[in-house]
Amino acid sequence: MDFYRAQVLCCGGTGCTSSGSGEIIKRFEEQIVKFGLDKEIKIVRTGCFGLCAAGPVVIVYPEGTFYSHVRVEDVDEIVSEHLLKGRIVKHLTYQDKERGEEQHLSLESIGFYQKQKRIVLRNCGVIDPENIDEYIAFDGYKALEKVLTSMKPAEVIQVVLDSGLRGRGGAGFPTGLKWKFAAASKGEQKYMVCNADEGDPGAFMDRSVLEGDPHAVLEAMTIAGFAVGATEGYIYVRAEYPIAVKRLEIAIKQAREYGLLGKNILGSGFDFDISIRLGAGAFVCGEETALMASIEGMRGEPRSKPPFPAVKGLFAMPTNINNVETFANIPQIIINGADWFRSIGTEKSTGTKVFALGGKINNTGLVEIPMGTKLREIIYDIGGGIPGGKKFKAVQTGGPSGGCIPAELLDIPIEYDTLTQIGSMMGSGGMIVMDEDNCMVDIARFFLDFTVDESCGKCTPCRIGTRRMLEILDRIVNGKGVEGDLEKLERLGRNIKATALCGLGQTAPNPVLSTIHYFRDEYEAHIRDKRCPAHHCQALLNFYITDKCRGCTACAKVCPADAITGVVKERHVIDTTKCIKCGSCVEKCRFGAIEKR
Amino acid sequence: MKSIAELEAIRQKTLERVAYRKDADSDIRVVVGMATCGIAAGARPVMLAFMDEIRKRNLQNVTVSQTGCIGMCRLEPMVDVIVPGQGKVTYVKLNPNMVPRIVTEHIVNGNPVLEYSIGASEDQ
Ligand SMILES: Cc1cc2nc3c(=O)[nH]c(=O)nc-3n(C[C@H](O)[C@H](O)[C@H](O)COP(=O)(O)O)c2cc1C
Ligand code: FES
Repeated sequence: MDFYRAQVLCCGGTGCTSSGSGEIIKRFEEQIVKFGLDKEIKIVRTGCFGLCAAGPVVIVYPEGTFYSHVRVEDVDEIVSEHLLKGRIVKHLTYQDKERGEEQHLSLESIGFYQKQKRIVLRNCGVIDPENIDEYIAFDGYKALEKVLTSMKPAEVIQVVLDSGLRGRGGAGFPTGLKWKFAAASKGEQKYMVCNADEGDPGAFMDRSVLEGDPHAVLEAMTIAGFAVGATEGYIYVRAEYPIAVKRLEIAIKQAREYGLLGKNILGSGFDFDISIRLGAGAFVCGEETALMASIEGMRGEPRSKPPFPAVKGLFAMPTNINNVETFANIPQIIINGADWFRSIGTEKSTGTKVFALGGKINNTGLVEIPMGTKLREIIYDIGGGIPGGKKFKAVQTGGPSGGCIPAELLDIPIEYDTLTQIGSMMGSGGMIVMDEDNCMVDIARFFLDFTVDESCGKCTPCRIGTRRMLEILDRIVNGKGVEGDLEKLERLGRNIKATALCGLGQTAPNPVLSTIHYFRDEYEAHIRDKRCPAHHCQALLNFYITDKCRGCTACAKVCPADAITGVVKERHVIDTTKCIKCGSCVEKCRFGAIEKR
Repeated sequence: MKSIAELEAIRQKTLERVAYRKDADSDIRVVVGMATCGIAAGARPVMLAFMDEIRKRNLQNVTVSQTGCIGMCRLEPMVDVIVPGQGKVTYVKLNPNMVPRIVTEHIVNGNPVLEYSIGASEDQ
């Protein structure tokens, strides 16, 4: 094995790839050849580091120097200064926004990483995901060795049960229990399925794991297959994740070459193989019964449960289905033991959870925190707070199935049960932060619009009920809400939750119900006063010209509706009955004299 | 198909290459002064000699990195060898022929080569 004195880790995650990391890697490779450094320095393409907002990200080891927002033009300087002469290029390093000063901080020392605990993401941004040897070096396939050489299936299940691991795909069902059911079920063939459909808008936890550490999922599925007696595995991944699909394909091929998938794995007599199935991106196909129908080649529609997949799943055979992140925990639990896992997190929610942090937050990206961490810590310590000095209003968790959590509840610990109690849910890990400029009615409308679009139409409450709710919300944001609308929304929401066929419909009203619960006054302002307190809903806004107006007439000239009148050098006025709220006058005004209210 | 022993071999072999992405604190560090003065005085061949020697002896837990000018340009090429818990030894006026001795005596056996060190040089 060659000795390299330095390694340049370039992020090949989706975020950084789309901001040009492919070009950067190419340039590094050219430049180190040019300077004759290619025998001493290695360029590695890794998975997502988590701090996508700072992308493209490049880390240089052994120093661990963290370069952010790297451009192709910067590469030459990093090579000629840092790699050749050993001088860190300070002005290109990550600037910790909180500290407000420029310093070349190493990856581990920045606030974003300090409160995190990386189990699922431990290899993301550290190894080359297309190189099985690097995974093996970081204890990869050690858990599989342990299981196949020294454990019985029932013992594996017991460890997972004892660990307290719960499903990370949404519902939070205990994973060990699920495996136990599948193991107890009889059938001539059993299947192991990995749910990598990840349909929540804004969520990309599973994608990052698949892109950054695909072997962890393969290893875990093989272990799970051994535990429940399944010999065939499927990974159902959305076709919109091309990088993840490609890395999975490479990983499966390499694992087969090493005999870690296929017949007689590690000489144990156990056979297991995995194939990939591509989903077309329908949200409902993430629901387990719809997902299995889709793998079978049928329409991706859910069916009622029971029978549960453990009894009658894929091709009518006993099937175990888990989420990507759930699987990614398994090898670590096997190696380090159930007690170790239980020592992280809280009593009823053990381990960590990965969240995709987005919206009005400084450090958008991927974070993995121990369960029980407070929302406040995620938003302020890890996320770096709200940009532009704005005021925090709410955070949405659980995507279209979840709810909004207001500022008063920022100190609750993140756990399955506490989140459900306050009307939201853990979900798969989307976390969208909202500030004072976000209208909560509009947010609820956004999520409901999504579920209405994605409803498969099989059951009436979801197909028709959610549409009726959306119509009422549309009315409210357009200033046509009437008294009684809120009560109607609440009643409809409760009925849909109680009667819909699958999880999609059963949770679709949550964003509406939770915002009505915590932000009722905002809804009432829309309905009674025809006013949007966040100044967001266009239909409820009026344009005013303040006394900053110098009477330059620019606004009157640009107004397409002739709604502005006034004399030169005197304050102009907008006729709100004529105004069509196009905003052209605001753009034109050089004095900032036109306000939306 | 790979056996468990073969996997372990891959693990060990690859770890040598990737280990310092894990924890750098336990490593012995060889830091070569590579500013203009160092390079002009021949620091690059010295650094390559270190890397060569480390590769030949298959040493783990040694990293070679570079640094800028320390301000004593007349003593270049200069190299610091830092063994955790033992502090830093600065070697001066090195050439590639001196490197194998430093690697054997200091890095492998823990005995700094005093006659190459800055103290010895300045006493003369
Ligand atoms: C509408 C809907 C969409 C879902 N989408 C996903 C998804 O994208 N990924 C996922 O892992 N689970 C999703 N689920 C949850 C799955 O049905 C299932 O509970 C999960 O895959 C089980 O794995 P776990 O126990 O490891 O969490 C969805 C459920 C519903 C109702
Ligand atoms: S994609 Fe590069 S840090 Fe996330």
